[in-house]
Formats: sequence, structure tokens, C-alpha cells
Amino acid sequence: MTLMDDRTSGNHVGRSLRRKEDPRLITGQATYVDDINITGLLHAAIVRSPEAHAKILSIDASAAMARDDVHAVYTGEDMADLLAPLPMAWAPDGVEVHNPEHWPLARGEVKHVGDPVAIVLGTDRYAVIDAAEDVLVEYEPLPVVTDIEQALEPGHALVHEQFGTNEVHKWSLGGGDMEAGFAAADVIIERRVVNHRVSGAPIEPRGVLADYKAGAITVHTSTQVPHFVRLFMGLMLGISEERVRIIAPEVGGGFGAKLQVTGEEMLCAWASRKTRKPVKWIETRSEHMATCHHGRDQIATVRLGAKRDGTLTAMHADIVADMGAYLMLLTPTIPSLGAFVMGGVYKIPAITTDITGVFTNKCATDAIRGAGRPEATHMVEVCMDQLADELGMDRLELRRKNFIPKEAFPYETALGIVYDSGDYHAALDLLMEKLDLPALEREKEELAAKGIRRGIGFSTYTEICGLAPSRVTGPAGFGLQTGLWESAIVRVTVTGAVTVYTGTSPHGQGHETTMAQVVADKLGVDPQNVEIMHGDTGTGAMGLGTYGSRTTAVGTESVARASDKVVEKAKAIVAHALEAAPEDIELRDGKFSVQGSPDKGMTLAEVSGMAHVRPELLPEGMAPGLDETSFYDPNNFVFPFGAHACVVDVEEDTGKVKVVRYVAIDDCGPAINPTIIDGQVHGGIAQAIGQALYEHVMYDEDGQLVTGTFVDYALPTAAELPSFETDRTETPSPVNSLGVKGIGEAGTIAASPAVLNAVVDALRPLGVTYLNMPLSSESVWNAITEGSRA
Amino acid sequence: MSDEVAISVTVNGQVEHVRVEPRLLLVHLLRDELGLTGSHVGCDTSNCGACTVQLDGQSCKSCTVLAVQADGSEVKTIEGMGTEDDLHPLQEGFWAKHGLQCGYCTPGMIMAAADLLERTPNPTEEEIRHGLEGNLCRCTGYHNIVKAVQHAATAMQSAEVSA
Repeated sequence: MTLMDDRTSGNHVGRSLRRKEDPRLITGQATYVDDINITGLLHAAIVRSPEAHAKILSIDASAAMARDDVHAVYTGEDMADLLAPLPMAWAPDGVEVHNPEHWPLARGEVKHVGDPVAIVLGTDRYAVIDAAEDVLVEYEPLPVVTDIEQALEPGHALVHEQFGTNEVHKWSLGGGDMEAGFAAADVIIERRVVNHRVSGAPIEPRGVLADYKAGAITVHTSTQVPHFVRLFMGLMLGISEERVRIIAPEVGGGFGAKLQVTGEEMLCAWASRKTRKPVKWIETRSEHMATCHHGRDQIATVRLGAKRDGTLTAMHADIVADMGAYLMLLTPTIPSLGAFVMGGVYKIPAITTDITGVFTNKCATDAIRGAGRPEATHMVEVCMDQLADELGMDRLELRRKNFIPKEAFPYETALGIVYDSGDYHAALDLLMEKLDLPALEREKEELAAKGIRRGIGFSTYTEICGLAPSRVTGPAGFGLQTGLWESAIVRVTVTGAVTVYTGTSPHGQGHETTMAQVVADKLGVDPQNVEIMHGDTGTGAMGLGTYGSRTTAVGTESVARASDKVVEKAKAIVAHALEAAPEDIELRDGKFSVQGSPDKGMTLAEVSGMAHVRPELLPEGMAPGLDETSFYDPNNFVFPFGAHACVVDVEEDTGKVKVVRYVAIDDCGPAINPTIIDGQVHGGIAQAIGQALYEHVMYDEDGQLVTGTFVDYALPTAAELPSFETDRTETPSPVNSLGVKGIGEAGTIAASPAVLNAVVDALRPLGVTYLNMPLSSESVWNAITEGSRA
Repeated sequence: MSDEVAISVTVNGQVEHVRVEPRLLLVHLLRDELGLTGSHVGCDTSNCGACTVQLDGQSCKSCTVLAVQADGSEVKTIEGMGTEDDLHPLQEGFWAKHGLQCGYCTPGMIMAAADLLERTPNPTEEEIRHGLEGNLCRCTGYHNIVKAVQHAATAMQSAEVSA
């Protein structure tokens, strides 16, 4: 497959064009959910459980109902007409998954702090919040489960009595001879690796505006997956799918937090149908922290074996993962996504990941940026440093020795996963060129004299993204009960304007620009005249949404393929008009012409004009119009990769960690828009630094959330982060015609082990050889004071 | 519900006479009563800064000010900064330097940066980073926000020189 077919026809791909999205965003004219109002709408406030686990004895809404500005109060009992509980999309063959019913409003019991109990509807935004305070709920507290390791002990209190256990499921992925692998090892290290609970925390909280009219419902929701929401809303409410329209308007960040089919969406839609009025719910930040799914929360026992010369022989990860109180759309699948790239960029003959999912009385976990892959990469890369230390070997030499060489691609890992392409040495070479390690090492001594410990940490990674391919991810494979294809419509109007409809649903990634660049080059037009429509189930192409770094590798590829079909038809039209053969028509400088006679030709607008206004001039039997659809399901995932380095200075007296430099080399194939790629990498790294140093969703032993606002849950600010030094290598993927791989999650997947390894590197002279995240000043200071060894 | 209070606020140069509940937050006056939805709400605790506007020339988080406190004051919001045909140098800087992704924090970020540049016309990177400490962005890692503010500072300085 050649890279960039028809590159001759345009030159927008590969350039850092300014984003088409930005004019509306920088002038305050963008329309997010809460910016939309419909006359007569009711505001909703949700009454939520203050208990982590309790029986609901009674709900008294009379005081709330007595208020003039309250229209209605509904509880779980009022919603008995729902046809199905909230969805969980995974049903793998041969794996038992305990999946409790999960309703938009609790029925009988609450299972975590923030579990919704009632909805209050009224005419005023502030009044419904007051009224929600007036709803009296009597609870009988039940024993609370918070510790995932204790939760599995026999006789421990249960989150869901009916299963007789807190275990959700067990799942394994392995390949190669583990026994022989570990037997062949001269050195085996074992580490307990913690990936603690984090929040996605997009700055726009979730929000829903549902409007039921005459048997059809239109819902504006801040989501990454409008088509999933449509499907399940139809099924739950008993509304035929064609009468459900879901619109994701401007969406203020997702990071996985909005890859969900939520109870609040169903609740607002149901309430709108019930009241025959539009219903709007806008999440408060406190609600977001307590009830929008969290991510990570895995404790792993990782064993890594190697020969004395550093040759890796086997890797085993035994992961206990906190699922929280309910299984949401993808909850139990998340650790498994990491298992697919356990082993990272290394040749390891035997790899196994064993996963145990556990219920606790906490908010559910699910996909948060990276979704399983940051956890796995953290395990691999932290343990590589630990192994190097054990072997007395340079950590980069150990990595280089075990890299899958570029000649080996496509490379089938011990797990049977086929990595599409890679050149790991090239990425690390470029990183080292930028880093100047000797200078950094020299500064160590100087800084140490001032009580500052300098550390340098590395992470060389690959990740699996472009989710798809359905044959692997779907019912016959991994067990998701859906395909993960994308579709696109490329429509050329009578004036030559191009409108593209994609089933993906971007929310900040800049796909209106990057897709337009690809289409513009394909069709020989200006990207300014290519409009990308997304996030509306009522206006065009179907698809599965934006997550898993799939929108470029799957969505844009489907856009490219639909564009190719348009070009094919245009060439047939031009060939007919110029009395030439279609294969002799080329598109050059915005004109379709016969090869060798560029003066005689037609622009896309002229072709489209003919196709719409003079269909009688088209070739015999050809339908009018210039409007093509393409469905695309790739034959493999794509595997971006790279090499990152983090430089930290740790204050010996306080334990405070400062990231002073961060250098990232990433490879996502040929760049469509380099500046947008850099932006994705910056944000991804920042989110991982946040996890490594500051962010931690914490519950106390009673299941009370203690990080319920941005006061306690510390997102990094501009003052905590350095400027990032980024660069790229470009290794095309053979999977799609554009050669592209995803980049949205790469920074987050790569960065946390680089930070952790840097801090350990800084503290080794003080006797600290191992640490777990989060590296708060307190935990680092304690480690310095007490010494911390694996 | 409770007794409303008559106030006058000049918003982006336009005098607005409105009756408001005493507890109404300035951000909700702007968004829900005056239709200026460019100022956003991202938290309950005045941490995120998405609602930042200028009140009598100083940046302020409009979720932390009651509308009645703005009585007699001048408020400037993102809608008063510039239009797509006539961008403020900060808006231009954010566009040119890819200082935004989802755009939700952007209006507040621009309003806070405007105040910063008012006080410190030629800020260092460190001064920009500390100056915007009260505004959270989850998308950009702040890298290009810093560049955007530097870009605007340079543009505004050279505009001043040539003026």
C-alpha cells in the first residue's frame, strides 16, 4: 500500500494549518450544552446518596414538592417502565462477569457516595438545588467495602449480596511458555506496582438537555459517543431508534470521562417524556468528582525475568482492579486493554497478564485517557528500571538490548498481537540527541550540594490504538458486543462546497482541521471549503465515537476512502465530458484533466455543477450527484511508539518534586498537522504528570470521597509544569492508506513511568530504590526519611 | 423566589438594567440573563477560572461575585474582546499558537491573560505561568498557552511602539 496516494493533488497534509475550530472558540461563540436553552425547560437537580452503602428505607419529597418552583420529584420506583438497566458492553466467551443491575435512579439500595436517588425538576436553576436539599431520604447503613485486596478475603462484607463474592471476574491473556521463561531467568524481580485512582476531569462537566416531542426525542449531551447513547436510549426507553436523535454540541474535553452511556442521560430523557417538557441537567464539579466514572485503580504484582546479560525471558502481571460499585459501559474491559501491550517494546518470549476485577463501594472505574495502557506501560517501564538496577546494567542498554528490531515488523508478540510497524532505536536515538544526558548527570553533583536531588527517568513505549478492528475486539474475539468500524459521507454540493459527515465525535482534538486537510488534498480544494460535521446522529454518517485514539486511524481513513470514491466518480464524469478514458484523468492543481493536456480540465466545482444541474451530460446510467459513503473496519490496530525522558529536581528537605525538563519523541506515522500532534502530546504528558505527582481520587475507610472538588483533587496548573520539548519520527503504519496512527493517548501512556523512574533515580543516592505513585511531597519525604526499598 | 434587587451593570460597553435575586452569581447573570455564554462554569470552588471576566478592569472569577456586587460596575467578557474579523491580540495569539483544544477554559484564560499583560506587559515564561495559576486547562498542558500569551505580548508591545 503506498503512502499518501494522490499527494500530487494537494499539499495541505503535513502542514501545521491553523485550526478551523478556533474562531468560534476564542470569541466565546461556541455552543456547549449549557449554552442551549429551550423555552419552557425544566432544570434538574439530582438527590444523591451521602452513604457509601445503605438500604433506602424511605424517601419523603413532600417538602420539595410543596415549593412553587418545583414541578416534579421522581424516584427509582417511578421509573419502573424502563425496559433495561444501563448497559455494559462486554460479554466475552467463557468468562463469567458478575454484572449487577444498574438503574439511573437507585432501587432499594445505594452502593456508593453520589449514587442518584431522586430527581427534582423545577423552573429555576437555583431553586431545584434548594429543593433537592428538602428531599428527605432515610438510609440504613450497610457494611462498606473499600479495600480491593481485603474485599476478596472470605467473609468480607459484600457490595452485591447476590453474587456471594466481591469478585467481578477473572480474565487472562498469555502466550509463550511461562514456566520455561522464568526457569531460564538468572534474575527475577517482583514489584508491587500501584496505578491509583484518577479522575478525567474535563473542564466542562457533563450536561444533558433532553426534549421529548410527539414520540421523538432529541438530546444534547456532552458525550464522546453519541451513537452509543442513541442505541441504548432507544432500548432503555422503548423508543424506536430512528426517533432518537443525539447531538454532541461543542464538548469541553472528554479524556474518556464522556465515553459513557450515563444514567443522567437516560434520566433526563425519561423525565422529559414524563413531563412533556425539555429537561436540562448540568453537572456540578462536586457531582463530577463523585459520580463521573474514574480511571486506573489497579494494584499489580509484576514479575520480570532476565538472563544475566539482560535478555528478557518472561513477564507476569497479576492485576487486581477496582471496578467500583457498578459495571458501566466498558468497566471490566479496561485492565484487559493494557494486557494487549504487556511487554511493551521488548522481545519477551513468554508474557501473561491475570486480571481480577473487584467490586467496592466507590464510583465505577472505566476508560480514562489511555484506559489500561498507561497502567500496563507503567508496570513494564518501572520494572525495566528496577531490573536494570538488579542486574547492575545501564537502563538504556537493557532497553536497547531487548527492543524489537525494526526489521522484525510486522512483529507478532508472545500474546499473538501483531505490532504493525516501529523503529524503537531511532526514537531513542533522537531522544538522546535532544537530551544531553552527560550534562544533566554533571549537574547532579552541583545540585546535591544545595540539597536538591536531580533525577532523569526514561520510558520507551508502544501502545495499541485505533480501536477497531472488529474481528479482534468484537463478539467473536475480545467480546465487545459491537463492531468498531467507522463510516463517512463526503458530499460535494452544486457550488463545489464539500461537507464531510463523520461518525466520530471529536471534542478538542482538531479533527475538523485535520480531516479537512486530508479531504482537501484528495479533492484538490481548499481546506477552508471543507466542513466537517460530527457528533449528531440525525445528520449523517454513523460511527462509534472518539476514544482509543481511533478518530484519525479509523475515522479519517474512512473519510479518505469516501473522498477516493468521489474522485473516482468525478474522473468518470470528466473522462466522459472530455472523451477520454477515466484512467487517463488526473487531478492536479485543483483540476481534473487528461494527462498531458492540463489546460483542458474541470475543477471539482465544475464537475459537481454538472453532476447536479446537467445530469443528462453524465455517462450513460450514472446517477446524479457527487456524494459518497464509505464504511471502514481496519484489519489491525495501529501501534504508535516513542521514547520519553523526564528530568526532575527533588528538594531533599521537603520531598517536593519539580519537573524541570520533559523531552518526548513520539511516532504516530506521517503527521497530518504537526502542531496539533504536539498539542495532543503536551496535554497527554501533563495528564500523566498530574497522576504521577498530584492527582489522586481518595476515599476514606467509610467510603466517603475526600477529594470531591478541585480544592482537594489537584490538577496541575501552568506553574507546576515545564515547557515540553517534543519531536517526532515518522514510521508509517501499513494498516491504513494514510499510514497514520493515533496520538491522543500516547503522552499519557508514556509519561508516568518516566516521572517515577526520574524520582527514583534522584533518590537512589539517598537509599531509595523503589516508589509508587502518587509522588506527593509527603510520600517522597517519607521515603527519603525512612529509606524505601522494594 | 426572594425579593429581587434592581441593578445597573455596564457589560462590554452596554448598560444593562436588570432585576436579580440577591444570591444570583455574576456568571449566571451574564450567561442566563444577558445571553453572554462565552464565560463558562467548570467548578464549584473558584479553582478553574473558566468564568473569568474583567470587573472594573481587573480579572475576577465571575462565579465568586454576586451580580448585586457588580451594581454600578463595568464588566468585560470574552464577547467584548474582539470578533472573528477583528481579533484581540490574545485571541489571535491563542489561534496562531494552538493555545486551545476543547476551548472550554479559553475565554477565562484569555481574560486572565489580558489582566496579566495589563500589569506585566512583557512577562517572562515564569511570570506567565504564575500569572495564569488560577486558570485550569486539561487539554494543552499549558505549553501553547504560554506561547500564545508571549505572542500577544509581543504584538501588543510593537503595536504600542508604532502607535
